[in-house]
Amino acid sequence: MIPASFEYHRPGSVDEVVSLLAELGEEGRVLAGGHSLIPMMKLRLAEPAHLIDLTGVEGLRGIAEVEGAIHIGAMTTQAEIIKSDALAERCPILREAAELIADPQVRALGTIGGNAANGDPGNDIPAVMMAVDAAYVLRGSDGERTVAARDFYQGPFETALAVGEFLTAIRIPAPPAGQGQAYCKLKRKVGDYAIAATAVTLAVDGGVCGQAAVALTNVGITPLYAEAASTALVGTAVDAAAVEAAVEAAVAITDPAADLRGPVEYRRHAAGVMTRRAIETALARAKGG
Amino acid sequence: MAKTDIKLTVNGQEAAGSVEPRTLLIHFLREQLGLTGSHIGCETSHCGACTVDLNGKSVKSCTVFAVQADGGEVLTVEGLAQGGELHPLQAAFAEDHGLQCGFCTPGMLVRAHRLLQENPDPSDAEVRVGISGNLCRCTGYQNIVKAIRNAAQAMREKEAAQ
Repeated sequence: MIPASFEYHRPGSVDEVVSLLAELGEEGRVLAGGHSLIPMMKLRLAEPAHLIDLTGVEGLRGIAEVEGAIHIGAMTTQAEIIKSDALAERCPILREAAELIADPQVRALGTIGGNAANGDPGNDIPAVMMAVDAAYVLRGSDGERTVAARDFYQGPFETALAVGEFLTAIRIPAPPAGQGQAYCKLKRKVGDYAIAATAVTLAVDGGVCGQAAVALTNVGITPLYAEAASTALVGTAVDAAAVEAAVEAAVAITDPAADLRGPVEYRRHAAGVMTRRAIETALARAKGG
Repeated sequence: MAKTDIKLTVNGQEAAGSVEPRTLLIHFLREQLGLTGSHIGCETSHCGACTVDLNGKSVKSCTVFAVQADGGEVLTVEGLAQGGELHPLQAAFAEDHGLQCGFCTPGMLVRAHRLLQENPDPSDAEVRVGISGNLCRCTGYQNIVKAIRNAAQAMREKEAAQ
């Protein structure tokens, strides 16, 4: 399988990318790690006339702590996310999720920005970013703007990215003290998308949940931020009744497709199981377990 | 479509060619350089038969354009044996019967080579995670894991002796 013909560009700076995108309009597409885009091009699900390779663009890689917040360059690979002990210390859900994405070869090139911006509901990073309340930094010819991960996804492969814009970085606010995080993913085999997966962050203080966020992967046409499920946990002791209420609220917003991963009823049930496990795991971690 | 000239180092030798941007690295290696050791399996970045080393990372060369590898360093299975002598991984795969049909073997060997650079003494579990992007439909993996661990030991002993 060989993709359709295209013209290849290898800019060296963000400004060059912006002017190429402005010039090429809908014909131009950025290439990050390529592990979603190239297979799509082979299948003719994507036929960009121009590919703008971000590999050589300065300033798009790396993990930094800025005034407590975590800044991650869009071209940082999943392998680099897994390797960073500092990141695993500050925001452990990122390593946990990245280890569940694809396989070592794919993670060597696949990037966090590509996974976030691709807009495939099967990608794992979006739900994680919703759970940690990340903001995406977008650059276009009108300059820079940020969009919350929770507001970014509009439909299958449809995002808040406008023509001429691309994702340069992800900013994660400092996780509050006492926060536990967990990503639980059910999949058929290494390299597969989730049958269902859930990302949870929650913080407890004096036995009471002060913050909670629940988000779901691959059980709808977009990644889903489960607001009602999150609210169901806040102010409770995260006891059995609260967990059950949150699980019910999360399952209620799922609308998975019946496919090779299973029928609708099974996938919705699996979303509930993953949500319960992620809440219980995050709670145990919040309590220092 | 206009062709682009690329230049890279493959198995320690300079290699140059003229490619369409859409030419995949696996096709450049096999068809232009004649290095047919790396295999084309699934073509969808699942099976790992096309695994090569690019700039010190294991990658699936069916999902990298040759133009992306311009200026880079590539190692294929043809680059493992040195001076007519099998690489310890190749010797261990032969000794431990780490293959049956052999189709996945070039990818397994090159992936295992990188894995042992990163972790010279992996456990069984670490080997299994390390080769989780390489599918074998014959062996059941037991002898592949054994061969990689035995090769790791041989390489450590060789290193210690030097």
